[in-house]
Amino acid sequence: MSTIDGGATLGETRSSAVVGVEEPKRPPRSRRRMREIGLAYLLLLPSLVIFGVFIFYPFLRNFYLGFYRTPPFPGLPMRYVGFDQYRDVLTSTDFLDSVKTTVLFMIMTVPAGIALGLGLAVLAHQRLKGIGVYRTIFSSTVATSVAVASVIFGTLFNPVVGLLPWLGVNPRPPILDNPQWALPAVALVTIWQTLGLTFILMSSGLQAIPDEIHEAARVDGAGAGTRFWKITIPLLSPTIFFAVVIGGIFAFQTFGQIDLLTQGGPLKKTNVLTYFVYRTLRTENNDGKAAVLAVALFTITMTLTLVQMRFLERRVHYGR
Amino acid sequence: MAAELPRPSSAGRTRARHLTGLAARYLLLTVLAIIVIFPLYITIVNSLLTPGQIAARPPKFFPLHPQWDTYSRAWDVGHMSRYLVNSAIVTAFITVGQVVTATLAAYAFAFLEFPFKRTLFVVFLATLMVPFEVTIITNLTTVTSLGWYDSYQGLAVPFLATGFGAFLLRQAFLQVPRDLQDAAELDGYGHWRFMLRVAVPLARPAMAALSVFAFLGAWNQYLWPLLVTKDDRYRTVQIGLKQLRATSIDQVNVTFAGVMIAALPLVILLLFFQKQLVRGLTAGAVKG
Amino acid sequence: MGRVVLDHVTKKFDEVVAVDDLSLEIEDREFLVLLGPSGCGKSTALRVIAGLEDPTSGTVTIGDRVVNDVEPKDRDIAMVFQSYALYPHMSVRKNIEFPLRTRHVEPADRQIAVNEAAVALGLVGLLNRKPAQLSGGQRQRVALARAIVRRPAVFLMDEPLSNLDAQLRIQTRAELIELQRNLQTTVVYVTHDQVEAMTMGHRIAIMNDGVLQQVGPPQSVYERPANLFVARFIGNPPMNTMEGRVVDREGVRAVEFEGGCLPLDPAHAAAAEASGAKSLVVGVRPEHLAFSDDGALHAVITVVESLGHERHLICRLTDGQMIIVRQGSDVPRPAEGTAVRLAADPMHLHVFDAVTERRIDPR
Ligand SMILES: Nc1ncnc2c1ncn2[C@@H]1O[C@H](COP(=O)(O)OP(=O)(O)O)[C@@H](O)[C@H]1O
Ligand SMILES: [Mg+2]
Repeated sequence: MSTIDGGATLGETRSSAVVGVEEPKRPPRSRRRMREIGLAYLLLLPSLVIFGVFIFYPFLRNFYLGFYRTPPFPGLPMRYVGFDQYRDVLTSTDFLDSVKTTVLFMIMTVPAGIALGLGLAVLAHQRLKGIGVYRTIFSSTVATSVAVASVIFGTLFNPVVGLLPWLGVNPRPPILDNPQWALPAVALVTIWQTLGLTFILMSSGLQAIPDEIHEAARVDGAGAGTRFWKITIPLLSPTIFFAVVIGGIFAFQTFGQIDLLTQGGPLKKTNVLTYFVYRTLRTENNDGKAAVLAVALFTITMTLTLVQMRFLERRVHYGR
Repeated sequence: MAAELPRPSSAGRTRARHLTGLAARYLLLTVLAIIVIFPLYITIVNSLLTPGQIAARPPKFFPLHPQWDTYSRAWDVGHMSRYLVNSAIVTAFITVGQVVTATLAAYAFAFLEFPFKRTLFVVFLATLMVPFEVTIITNLTTVTSLGWYDSYQGLAVPFLATGFGAFLLRQAFLQVPRDLQDAAELDGYGHWRFMLRVAVPLARPAMAALSVFAFLGAWNQYLWPLLVTKDDRYRTVQIGLKQLRATSIDQVNVTFAGVMIAALPLVILLLFFQKQLVRGLTAGAVKG
Repeated sequence: MGRVVLDHVTKKFDEVVAVDDLSLEIEDREFLVLLGPSGCGKSTALRVIAGLEDPTSGTVTIGDRVVNDVEPKDRDIAMVFQSYALYPHMSVRKNIEFPLRTRHVEPADRQIAVNEAAVALGLVGLLNRKPAQLSGGQRQRVALARAIVRRPAVFLMDEPLSNLDAQLRIQTRAELIELQRNLQTTVVYVTHDQVEAMTMGHRIAIMNDGVLQQVGPPQSVYERPANLFVARFIGNPPMNTMEGRVVDREGVRAVEFEGGCLPLDPAHAAAAEASGAKSLVVGVRPEHLAFSDDGALHAVITVVESLGHERHLICRLTDGQMIIVRQGSDVPRPAEGTAVRLAADPMHLHVFDAVTERRIDPR
């Protein structure tokens, strides 16, 4: 045990219980207080070091890096350009297209994913024999990673060995090289891969609604539709809200599917922001530009989340 | 007077209506279940076929002569064994690390009084606001300059702390009854002993949830391992899959076997820890 | 119109028979209490009436139609749940209004009905609150208001008072009786609390293990329990029961058991004999036991419980069996450890066949 900890005991936080007690062996109050403070900082230290080095420092350094242009060849010094680089990158067509692609991707994945997860959860929330099997199947895709899902679907989409072409879905150029279909295809993979998660989330939300509420509504004359829209949806709204916010954040972090399926193409039609950052960093070795993109990525995610909180959360019922 | 049939027929009608409704529900559930599970099913099937059979039209939906050797090829030639071990090491490192650092921090927030407690708690929560993708530029530089490129440290160390986990465990610790703290104090327990003997055992459900959550996150990582490894000896299984697919273009079956190998640990984990997973995943949503 | 008839209703959940061949007629405007220990199938029976569960067999009639095929909403019933089942996202007004909205009642009429219900249950000042902002008692009233607002023919209530504290329970009990009298509707009321059953029901129906044991007015059930289960379930402190066989004692028929012997009156003895029962159980309520110098039971007082208005003397017979005597507090308090002799009022002895557990009435 560390010297800071010594014999500090639990009482200090609620001194009133301890004050009156005469006990010679104990160190005086002020010293015990110091020890408690020391212990607290010691306990926080590991986390704070990691956060400092790997989250806050790199995060803040992005803003700084954005002011410097990375030289075209390594070894040359970085050049201070003020806001020029911010302006250039943030007004470039590549960036604007990338934002558009990401937003489009979010619109394709989030509502559909939630609707499907919710639908399956409602269906599986019945008292039926063997319903456990269906629940397991509907939640099964939590066991897949983005990479697993992408490789599976990449093959299913393959024009030669894939099953989708055999089923007659065979656009030309092939679906993942098709500027019109590549993004929806990646969205489909994403919806499938996150379906298990959404299903589990919605199911546990449904389980939190007491059966008696539904029964009361039945006796009160509400049909299945009324019960769904007037009882289930409002009572599930915190869960749905959570899924929308998290889904939005996930959409802006999409990377693996793109790297494995389309590499941002065709015609940069799947060049979502995170992939754009990665390419800029990896292929162009352009830290300065990548940093500007990262700042933008952060700002957009943050704004989106705050906007959702502001406008959606009002309509959420938390039971209070 | 056909409408005035005696009771038994009424009961019969109920039964018949009931049965049709039931059949319809099962049918709908089954169709949806087949759609959801199909990609995984066909992966298993394809992993046991020859490349020729996979390309055959109409496709085969059942492996009559399973080719089990695709698995050994993915395992050895495709280096899946190596990738799996790497993923296991990195994941274990991250999971244990997160649980330990989160426990320590959460204990401080739940049981200790110290200056700047609120501020520091906000700092912890602020980490949730910064997506990891935003930090990769400098983290790559940092890891490289530490000499951790292509190493387990490089893969794991940036993830050894978690604001979410600290928050989750703090909530669990706050549930520990005051009476227990008083009793422990009367028994002369110090903070460390109270933490290990009382707080941690009582917070076991939250700990389990965090562990499963951390495991899942670490195992499924893609962007960071792709950035900081070039050497097969340190590639994790997710990146290994990309590699495997690239090197076995003419052997789709081996790629599918690799997919199964990559997915299996999670399947097993989730079969055993479904409840903890659900708790971990919903921990965020339950909070109003 | 508010008549409810259950005809040979059975409800099984897989292997569990929750309700076993239940036949019961509930009159229009009757307050019927379904009483029984927890798990005996009361709620299931109520839910079958409501239509929330389909009976495995048998028919349910409400008014004059068989409702087996009728949806709950079309059965002209309202239900008050144990947990109240208020809609947490709706205000009190919206909660009460909900059954009217689903039936597309005109807004103006809705308004009137809601206000009437709110007045009847003292909720006028609370109409804009959410359920979470109400006390337990207030929530209970909202649940009642939501039930009465539609003026259904039958009210179904599943332990509606069990989540209230003792004081409030007694008060609400009286209010419910009054409410039923004013509304003139049929009430089927489920409870495991015999005091509620005794005080509220016009008749009580006692269930055990899914099987109906006895139906009747509270006093007659108390005075003439149909079987041992009812005898032991109704009454607090419970009836003392002793198992033994009939013997001849100096020309008098008596039941002899390990700890003593109780004489039977001739009519009872004859009935017991005629029934052919090998072994009998005699029961005597604590208030029908008294000290007597020639009492047939020898006992020692082990504990004296004073309740203020009365006392319960816990005694042990010579074989160690416990027997409870109820005593007014106007007589001097006996000392613990005193040896006493107890006599039972022969007119108030209950006799049961020990095997079938059925009551044997004197001839
Ligand atoms: N939905 C159900 N599934 C299976 N068993 C049930 C269900 N509902 C009730 N039961 C069983 O039926 C029996 C009677 O339950 P219930 O009617 O709730 O009793 P009570 O209301 O008298 O306490 C119990 O054994 C209970 O476990
Ligand atoms: Mg019940």
